[in-house]
Amino acid sequence: MTEPIIKIEDLSIYYGEKRAINQVSMDFCNNEVTAIIGPSGCGKSTLLRSINRMNDFVVGLRNEGKVLYRDKNIYAEDIDESEIRRNIGMVFQKPNPFPKSIYDNITWGPKINGYKEDWEKLVEESLKRAALWDEVKDRLHSSALELSGGQQQRLCIARAIAMRPEVILMDEPCSALDPKATFKIEDLIHELKESYSILIVTHNMQQAARVSDRTAFFYLGDLIEYGPTKQIFELPKKDQTQDYIQGKFG
Amino acid sequence: MNRRLMDRSFYWFCKSMTWMALGILLILIFHICRQGCEYLDWQFLSSLPSRSPEKAGIKTALAGTVWIICFTALFAIPFGIATALYLEEYAPKRHPFVRLLQINIANLAGMPSIIYGLLGLTIFVRSLGFERSILAGSLTLALLILPVIVIASQEAIKAVPDSIRFAAYAMGARRYQVVLGQVLPSAIPGIMTGIILSISRAIGETAPLIIVGAMSYIAYTPESIFDMFTVLPVQIYNWAGRPKEEFHAIAAAGIMVLLLLLLSLNFIAVTIRSRYQRYK
Ligand SMILES: Nc1ncnc2c1ncn2[C@@H]1O[C@H](COP(=O)(O)OP(=O)(O)O)[C@@H](O)[C@H]1O
Ligand SMILES: [Mg+2]
Repeated sequence: MTEPIIKIEDLSIYYGEKRAINQVSMDFCNNEVTAIIGPSGCGKSTLLRSINRMNDFVVGLRNEGKVLYRDKNIYAEDIDESEIRRNIGMVFQKPNPFPKSIYDNITWGPKINGYKEDWEKLVEESLKRAALWDEVKDRLHSSALELSGGQQQRLCIARAIAMRPEVILMDEPCSALDPKATFKIEDLIHELKESYSILIVTHNMQQAARVSDRTAFFYLGDLIEYGPTKQIFELPKKDQTQDYIQGKFG
Repeated sequence: MNRRLMDRSFYWFCKSMTWMALGILLILIFHICRQGCEYLDWQFLSSLPSRSPEKAGIKTALAGTVWIICFTALFAIPFGIATALYLEEYAPKRHPFVRLLQINIANLAGMPSIIYGLLGLTIFVRSLGFERSILAGSLTLALLILPVIVIASQEAIKAVPDSIRFAAYAMGARRYQVVLGQVLPSAIPGIMTGIILSISRAIGETAPLIIVGAMSYIAYTPESIFDMFTVLPVQIYNWAGRPKEEFHAIAAAGIMVLLLLLLSLNFIAVTIRSRYQRYK
């Protein structure tokens, strides 16, 4: 395991009285892909959103414990959540490009954060890294909403990359896409882990097996098992993990 | 067989109702045009009102309407959009005070316009001492259309999906950047529609302006917002009330000017909408 970039310490998350995450502790390594799997409703999205403080928008949500990013608790008083989100990007379940041009989708984030860039270059680089450049280079100024679902999702990844984050969180990024688009995104994730740490939530176990270095299995808010993907899929230590991977429930 | 008959007859019923309504409207417009076209010329547009129908013109009323509308828009638009943004993006929706506010805005939108006239008379004309000025008139009309602008803007803002807001926050945007950089641009076409519709309504308003003191006769065009004024509908109303037949024709010509003004406003609205909807 390389140096962990995010450490979760004894984290519990409540929606009102209901506990969605149960005293979870785990580390996420730098430049690796970590997959979070588990049946739906087990708290995968809740956990993911706690890492870039997107849970702040959920009314009635409460945290206990710590999330450390580069050894600083992101829930500490003096933390600027907007700076956290600049460094920890997010790709959502449903592609959600801004209703603007492809070009503006890439530049909006860096612009509002006061970055000074060679914008043409940033757009080209980000789109290239997201494997979208060849498909859109002739229509950078047309609407992002005219792209197909898979292209939109890659644009969302490009948009996240343009912020030069260290970590990218992905919440079931392929669930709204067809197999071909899914395959492209998986390919892309492979490329991206050279430069970023990626946390991907997925309900698709083959996908976890294909793209990740480590896998964490959650069940009803508990972290059941966490380890190298190969081990989790071939030699799970817990019966629950085994049952889930073999498709006995889900 | 029976249901097929129903099917046909319902189709014809809806179709004939549509054409009938349209027909009546067309007859009305045709009638007005026939009556007014004889007087509608440059001389009519550029002359002051007069006692003799041949010399009478609509210059002061047209100028008054333009002044009034510009300042009504100037006052109402910033208040309307800011209020809608506050209510949708900032205010705690479940708070009793906010709910009360919301209900009141809906009620105000349905109030008879003459009540706004009385309000304007009390506040702007008398208490604030603006007298019978363009300032008082346009503030009154701004109050009149404010609730409609707020509600239309709120609807447009509500239609912006949350996924856009979350995407923006996830890139480190602050709230004002999300609101001004994403929500407002997405909502602009809807907001514009609401604004133009309510301004069209304001152009046709007569009662509240008569109450705050639009003149029936005015011999010069306004030069500042503290000047007296008259507007198209008031002028038309005056001419239509005269016994002489020629004045009725002049009134018809005035109506044609008013209709043209409304049509061009709607044209502007459509243009703006399609410009902003490029990214839909
Ligand atoms: N906004 C919310 N309010 C209340 N409960 C919620 C909310 N969001 C999620 N939950 C509950 O928290 C649990 C975990 O949800 P989630 O993190 O979305 O699961 P997953 O992403 O694994 O499907 C579920 O039982 C869900 O019903
Ligand atoms: Mg989920």
